Amino acid sequence: MSFVSALLTQLLHLALILALAPVLTGCVRWAKARLMGRRGPHPLQVWRDILKLLKKRPVLAENASAISRAAPYVALASAILAAALVPSFARGMVLAPFADLLLIAGLLALSRFAMALAGMDVGTAFGGLGATREMAFAALAEPALVLVALIFAILAGTTNLDVITGIFQEGALGLRVSLGFAAVALLAVAVAENARIPVDNPATHLELTMVHEAMILEASGRHLALWDFQASLRLTLWLALLAAAFLPFGMAPPGAGPIAWVIGLLVFIVKMAALGFALALFESTIAKMRVFRVPEFLGAALLLGLLGAVFLFVSTGLS
Amino acid sequence: MLITLALVLAGLALLALAAPVLARAVLGVRLVYAGAALASLVFALGGIVGLVSAPVTLALPFGPPWGAMRLALDALSAWFLLILGLCGVAASAFAFGHAHGPEAPRRLGPYPLFLAGMALTLLAADGFTLVLGFELMSFASWVLVAHDHEQADNRRAARLYLGFAALGGAALILCFGLLAAGASAGAGFAALRAAPPDGLRAFAILLLVVIGAGSKAGLVPLHVWLPLAHPAAPSHVSALMSAAMTKVALYVLARVVFDLAGPAQPLFWGALLMALGVGSAIMGALRAAMEEDTKTLLACSTIENIGLITAGLGLALAFRAADLGALSAVAAGAALLHALNHAMFKTLLFLGAGEVLHGAASRRMDRLGGLIHAMPWTAGLVLVGAAAAAALPPLSGFASEWLLLQALIAAWRVGDLAFQIGAAAATALAALAAALGAAAMLRFYGLVFLGRPRSPRAAGATEISGVSRAALLFPAGLTLLFGLMPGYLLELAAPALRVLTGAGAGLSALGGVTVTVAEGGAGYAPLIIFVLLLLIGGAALFFARRQAPGVMRGPAWDCGFIAPPHHLPFGDPATQVSAAGMAQPLRRMLGKTLLAAREAVEMPPPGSTAPARLQAGFHDPVLALIAGPLPRARDRLAALAERLRDFSLRQCLALGFAVLLALMALLIWLERT
Repeated sequence: MSFVSALLTQLLHLALILALAPVLTGCVRWAKARLMGRRGPHPLQVWRDILKLLKKRPVLAENASAISRAAPYVALASAILAAALVPSFARGMVLAPFADLLLIAGLLALSRFAMALAGMDVGTAFGGLGATREMAFAALAEPALVLVALIFAILAGTTNLDVITGIFQEGALGLRVSLGFAAVALLAVAVAENARIPVDNPATHLELTMVHEAMILEASGRHLALWDFQASLRLTLWLALLAAAFLPFGMAPPGAGPIAWVIGLLVFIVKMAALGFALALFESTIAKMRVFRVPEFLGAALLLGLLGAVFLFVSTGLS
Repeated sequence: MLITLALVLAGLALLALAAPVLARAVLGVRLVYAGAALASLVFALGGIVGLVSAPVTLALPFGPPWGAMRLALDALSAWFLLILGLCGVAASAFAFGHAHGPEAPRRLGPYPLFLAGMALTLLAADGFTLVLGFELMSFASWVLVAHDHEQADNRRAARLYLGFAALGGAALILCFGLLAAGASAGAGFAALRAAPPDGLRAFAILLLVVIGAGSKAGLVPLHVWLPLAHPAAPSHVSALMSAAMTKVALYVLARVVFDLAGPAQPLFWGALLMALGVGSAIMGALRAAMEEDTKTLLACSTIENIGLITAGLGLALAFRAADLGALSAVAAGAALLHALNHAMFKTLLFLGAGEVLHGAASRRMDRLGGLIHAMPWTAGLVLVGAAAAAALPPLSGFASEWLLLQALIAAWRVGDLAFQIGAAAATALAALAAALGAAAMLRFYGLVFLGRPRSPRAAGATEISGVSRAALLFPAGLTLLFGLMPGYLLELAAPALRVLTGAGAGLSALGGVTVTVAEGGAGYAPLIIFVLLLLIGGAALFFARRQAPGVMRGPAWDCGFIAPPHHLPFGDPATQVSAAGMAQPLRRMLGKTLLAAREAVEMPPPGSTAPARLQAGFHDPVLALIAGPLPRARDRLAALAERLRDFSLRQCLALGFAVLLALMALLIWLERT
């Protein structure tokens, strides 16, 4: 019974994430447009675009290899799997024993590597530029993420996200300075990983400032739909990760019934909406930074993570 | 088993002796490489047998004046023998496939000797045999590094390598001398184990073995020869040097520090190894992200991985010092697993680079590109190795780096505040090195195999076939397989872990389909992850292609750049990213501080039509240290020694007598104490 329940939760979670991801991107775009005084596209526009693109045949460059054709599927599969591991409305899903933070980082790295390979496949200047920058940013973002995992592991005893969420939900740990540092570090990593302002501009059309978009310039048709869907999934994944780690209230415990699920679902949607609006507000209030300022931004996240760990050592050493 | 292995060693020595004759005909060359492959296969089988059976020893009927040479096969030796055997099979098969005519004896003869030296080091059961094997390995590989000595760069690399090999050998001899000084009966490992060193002597042994084995493994700051010497050798030897020889050096380090130096070491031994390891990892990964030569890039990536393995060993030592047996097993397991995985994917990558050198006639990435079209097999197989080296799930590199990071994350349990903070920094640096390694691998693969050809030779590259392709398929298959079954490999390695962490350590949690770090801790099940990825990818493929089957071909969009004219089928190769261009972000972010990287723009004066030039480069600070003061000191010493020639006869005689008297005084003093 518990297995069936866990499986059902997992499938519901997957369906929810898949359906919600483009809507969330659409909502963030809409909120940004409203904040800037524009009317903005309908929140469902992202979904409509993806469905439209899915119907179109891709145009590949003459010298594109199998990499260009396979990379969207590899990137999407790893992003979906990573998103399936991050709990949304309920804990105790079937895949919960594997919901390890380092594995999620690894799956995101796989998705990023596939995208960078696709960017370099045709041999255009922009693709190579975007791939280079993306990998360089990731080089600084990943250690920050691992340090956040270190802080969680000291507090919760494991890097398993499901267990971490459960322990944080019980509230036994209370408020800690280290968790504050970890939250800021994780936010910075999330901003960089999702190619949001100030690291990258998701809506830019000036080639030299692009990072993420530069890699998928050559993609079209259903390949472009898959890339867009993957980008939406990553954004949802990161917001869900932040919500699971730092706003764990309202989640249905393992083995709970449908009523707890519905409550968890409503709370999750409210959390996502709040985080999405916060992101839109944040993006509207600051300017994009120069590419070579990004290392300072991510380096600060890295240092915050280290500082959080050191605070934790000192506080546990004294108590 | 040991007798078989000893006979194989003798067979390899015979092959080396017969090599000058065999090198004259292609059949003889093939015979040597086939023999080497067969010997490697026996090594691999011997390794597996050694892992599942009890340790055995064998005294040879000859040896130095003070006792017979002894061989032994315990679990730790067996694990590294397995690594050596697997690498040797692939490298020998590659050489076999590329043997198309007579070969220079100096290129053929040392190869079986090199294999035999490595195996002898692993099988040695006394200090003399170990140092003999180690020196044989150094010497044979030096000849192979110097095989193409017409080029000045190779001569320089070989000279530098010889210097470091001499330094390492001297340090190892002193190390075993110091170890044997406390033992009652010779330098056999059993006697050494019975009388472990302590105090200052133990610390001196640690320093000496770090210099001796570390200089061979490529630990910072003794790594400078490695990116020069590994690429200078023939590709199959480069593969063996990077994949197997560095592991043999790490075996010596582990054998001395974990086994011969006694059951308990202070915490700072582990901290020292961790610091050296993490430093090597960062330095190697950063250099790999900037080098412009395929084989040099791969050699720098070796420094990175050796650093990660050493960090794992150091962490295991620290956990052992803090009496945390189960965690010590996790850290040591991560180190051993990564040693095996790195050996496999690095063999694959070096052999792939060899194929590229053969097919497209260049090692410079700025002259390659687009090889995925001309060499699809090589490109596909190398992608497996590059993805594993970039630590991507579900391949082998991720499994071992995941375990290493988990062990580092648990390092706070040691309890010492300074160690905790250092370990947190080491965790961040190890993750940074892994991410830099991924950037380096993308750069390697993207520049060599993707994009458009950067030279006519790259456009006309030829694909491999036959035995050489099998030589690449073998490590690629193992890389996939090892990535999916790390738990079973850890179960196989359990006896070796027991040697490293002391008997009875809690090993029960590791192993199986899911690798778990501790009770209730995080788990990693690569097989399940792989199946899920396949399922999801298949479903995505099904849904996406049902709506719009097929693809269309057209000129690249490239933001509206016009398609190239007909006489330039690949367009201008310079309008894509170059090796230096791909290094630029990391060079600016991290290279300036760590590698003294520089960038300068030379602008022509106003009105001039000369092009502006961007000068960018970096140099290793350690190499500058060696290239500057060391030769100066040598010259000063030489100048001092020159003055001896101007001595008169009386002065010469006085000098001789003075030395004699000093030696006699020393002897008297030694007799009295």
